[in-house]
Amino acid sequence: MLAVPGIDLLFSSVPQSAEFRLVPVWLLTLANSSGTITLRCKDLKVLQLEIPGMEECLNIASSIEALSSVDSVMMMYPFFYRPQSLKLEEGWHLFPLQQYFQQIASQVSLEGRDPAMLRSSQPLTGPNRKRCREDEMLLGTVLEEGERGFIIDTRSAQAAKQARMTGGGTEPKSSYPQWRRLHRGRPLQESFIKLVDACNDTAINMDRWLNRLESCRWLSHVKAALSTACLAAQCMDREEANVLVHGAEGTDTTLLVTALAQGLLEREWIKAGHPFHLRCARSAYSHARLKQEAPLFLLFLDCVWQLSRQFPFSLEFGERLLLTLFDDAYASAYGTFLCNNEKERCLCKVKENTHSLWAWLNQPGERKKYLNPLYLPNALVIWPSVEPQSIQLWQGLFFRWIRSSQYLDEAWAEIQRLVEGNEPPVKDSAGNRLSQSLSDPTAQPENGR
Amino acid sequence: MSCLLQIKQTGEHLKFSTSNKSLTGTLYLTATHLLFIDSSQRETWILHHHIAAVEKLPLTTSGCPLVIQCKNFRIVHFVVPRERDCHDIYNSLLQLSRTAKYEELYAFSYNPKQNESEQVKGWQLIDLAEEYKRMGVPNSNWQLSDANRDYKICETYPKELYVPRTASKPIIVGSSKFRSKGRFPVLSYYHKNKEAAICRCSQPLSGFSARCLEDEHMLQAISKANPSNRYMYVMDTRPKLNAMANRAAGKGYENEDNYSNIRFQFVGIENIHVMRSSLQKLLEVSGTKGLSVNDFLSGLENSGWLRHIKAVLDAAVFLVKAIAVESASVLVHCSDGWDRTSQVCSLGALLLDSYYRTIRGFMVLIEKDWISFGHKFSDRCCQLDGDPKEISPVFTQFLESVWNLTEQFPQAFEYNEAFLLQIHEHVHSCQFGNFLGNCQKEREELKLKEKTYSLWPFLLDEQKRYQNPLYNPDFSPELTLLEPNTVSFNFKFWRNMYHQFDRSMHPRQSVFNLIMNMSEQNKQLEQDIRELEAVSITKEVFCNNAASFHTNDTTVWPSTYSV
Repeated sequence: MLAVPGIDLLFSSVPQSAEFRLVPVWLLTLANSSGTITLRCKDLKVLQLEIPGMEECLNIASSIEALSSVDSVMMMYPFFYRPQSLKLEEGWHLFPLQQYFQQIASQVSLEGRDPAMLRSSQPLTGPNRKRCREDEMLLGTVLEEGERGFIIDTRSAQAAKQARMTGGGTEPKSSYPQWRRLHRGRPLQESFIKLVDACNDTAINMDRWLNRLESCRWLSHVKAALSTACLAAQCMDREEANVLVHGAEGTDTTLLVTALAQGLLEREWIKAGHPFHLRCARSAYSHARLKQEAPLFLLFLDCVWQLSRQFPFSLEFGERLLLTLFDDAYASAYGTFLCNNEKERCLCKVKENTHSLWAWLNQPGERKKYLNPLYLPNALVIWPSVEPQSIQLWQGLFFRWIRSSQYLDEAWAEIQRLVEGNEPPVKDSAGNRLSQSLSDPTAQPENGR
Repeated sequence: MSCLLQIKQTGEHLKFSTSNKSLTGTLYLTATHLLFIDSSQRETWILHHHIAAVEKLPLTTSGCPLVIQCKNFRIVHFVVPRERDCHDIYNSLLQLSRTAKYEELYAFSYNPKQNESEQVKGWQLIDLAEEYKRMGVPNSNWQLSDANRDYKICETYPKELYVPRTASKPIIVGSSKFRSKGRFPVLSYYHKNKEAAICRCSQPLSGFSARCLEDEHMLQAISKANPSNRYMYVMDTRPKLNAMANRAAGKGYENEDNYSNIRFQFVGIENIHVMRSSLQKLLEVSGTKGLSVNDFLSGLENSGWLRHIKAVLDAAVFLVKAIAVESASVLVHCSDGWDRTSQVCSLGALLLDSYYRTIRGFMVLIEKDWISFGHKFSDRCCQLDGDPKEISPVFTQFLESVWNLTEQFPQAFEYNEAFLLQIHEHVHSCQFGNFLGNCQKEREELKLKEKTYSLWPFLLDEQKRYQNPLYNPDFSPELTLLEPNTVSFNFKFWRNMYHQFDRSMHPRQSVFNLIMNMSEQNKQLEQDIRELEAVSITKEVFCNNAASFHTNDTTVWPSTYSV
């Protein structure tokens, strides 16, 4: 039985047990070849459907093609998805911006000036080195007399220079004397596509695999993103300086860095206007190389995953949440990632007509699945290692459909069982010791006799 | 006769750096170790035997740099203020790290303060006769042969050898004359459910056309000893080209036409020289600081190291498929049957038999397929100052293959990574007698069992550290096959081996430590609750265990994030 009732494709097999399996599929591209449709999904799954009858097959293929290329936002699935357990309007106000800023403001006034992180887009200096008094004043107020600030430009020095030709540019030192500028250097979508391609090649020999892993440069991007974020955090933490982060538009790498450095999802990515609709349009299997497409959000999630590997106790959530966010950024039943910014969401009346992903995740039954049982609350800053040897390929994402994770899943379930079966007082005392040891900068004795 | 050096205070105010930190302190050289004590009184011990290479670098403004590379892949840098001192230290280290005689090795002076009966018991802990019995031999098809009881037939084989019942002494003798180094086909592992056997030997001295009736009868005996299957496999673990080249030297491989019912198969694994060079390249990569991801990956690719690990595991998978799926016996050989053959046979057995995935079982496996069957530990690990071309990381590759399996099957092994690393450490430390020498005959001549101690009881005493908290004994019921996925992307760089001492790279929070402590606490708690009633005593137990967890944790400065 194959039904194509709308946006979702439902198909089921009728095995002996007469159990129906509904698999919601987000469609991307397909290739016809005499009765077989190959569906390459945005979540990197690849499905092959054998349709008896050439005409049937072609009809289904064209329906799927049409439905998956829906352009209008308001025809998208979230506008129709109505799960029974949720009410519309729920979950949209979970992270009110005003509340957040109020919190920060009170902290600042009570505890003195904490270093702040700011983000923006590039200054429109242009080839004639224009100045803007208001901008200089604004940045000036952030700093006190004699304080230093760092501007982290997420573009390479060369790219930033070139930007001047098209009206953009960088902050000239003379106009912004208290700020020191640091550059970071990069085409992410190509990288993503190449990586997924390499992962799918299961016959590949070792040398070729390593070669492709290297040439796709995905891990280099992860390292660069992590380093930049850590650099920003280091500026703030060690030097107690304020940091301004910007790229070109202020909506891509900028967000990546600020979000990583602070670990804030909704505020940094969604409210600040990462253009999800453009960036997460087609994912890795698309033949259409959309100019605006870039898996920055995935890069962010990958970096978070790297952190969770290096600091398994420090994140409240587990890998499952990261995978869910990846899936939902590209194709979702929820409205959270729709459109490109707040303005568009208002126009499309997203909050009124779709459900929020957060509402779903926040339900007690669901929430539990995404939590990290090893989480031990710890207020200290975590400093990851960005050596290549410490950065791993996110197997849980890139090999999700390519090889079975059964043994790893079972092992993880065992870890959960062991940890959850433990008495809370024991976990706390272990956690306190751990927190203490993390704050202790002295290294342990090496290689005793 | 004593060449024990007195404790020499050779260098003050030396700078010592490893990972990112630089510390000042004093260097001491003892008879067995190098000891560095820094300004905070922290001690770093390095065994002289662990030293693979010492290098003096050009003089800098801060002093004379000295780089020490160890066999456990530890690299330490010293900066000695005065060049003359540096030169002295360099020469001393060169002398101390080279040994001319076995008796100079640490194992002969190591004294754990045990009495003689404990020492003897230590050596009896692993009994190979028991192991063969556990496997199911001797039986109607296989018997113990005493042909080699005085090492007359093969010097590098053990005294106790299992052969097919139909293999008479003349057949054994004749076959051994036709095999390189006299290493004729013998039993390595018997699979009692399939009634199939893993046998091992060396290459036949066939040249281009030579034949040997006894050798042909030997193989026939092996295939007849398997009632389930008429044919058997002969696996040559060399690349075909190498095997063919050997024919010109009067050696070579089995001609299917001459041997009835054999299926011949090449499963190419490169030789010891290629492996030595591969590791060297790998260490160059891992020894370079501040690498870009791309340089790291291309360096890794260039070394070919992971390719070799995959080749070894692929060969083992071929072997187990023959046994598990086709119930066919397999005869494995390489050139001399003590390197690649040991790798493939032991890995194969590990995949087939869950016993070898227990702590004790692993010790038995190493004793059997590596130690007793004459893998040349002394030559391969450079225990004495011998031929550098004999050095090769064959056993290291075996451990790394096992590690890859533990990563794929986290619940299938009773032991954890620390166990593998510790064994590796002691293979090179020469602190225990198990791995000294090249074969059993040599070990008997050195009287190792009387003069040195066995590693195994030492490890068993500490086995809590080596236990895998996720181990599930029911994961694979006895004799159920483990089937690893050997697609290239499954193989990872073993950071904890090659950067064991580079603390800045490792996750700072150890899940295993946490879990091991938790499950131990649980067990301890249950026991205490059963035994005691007082709440205050229970509380004391909590704190002690939490404290030991604290000391296991590693804490480091953050990496430097360069612009």
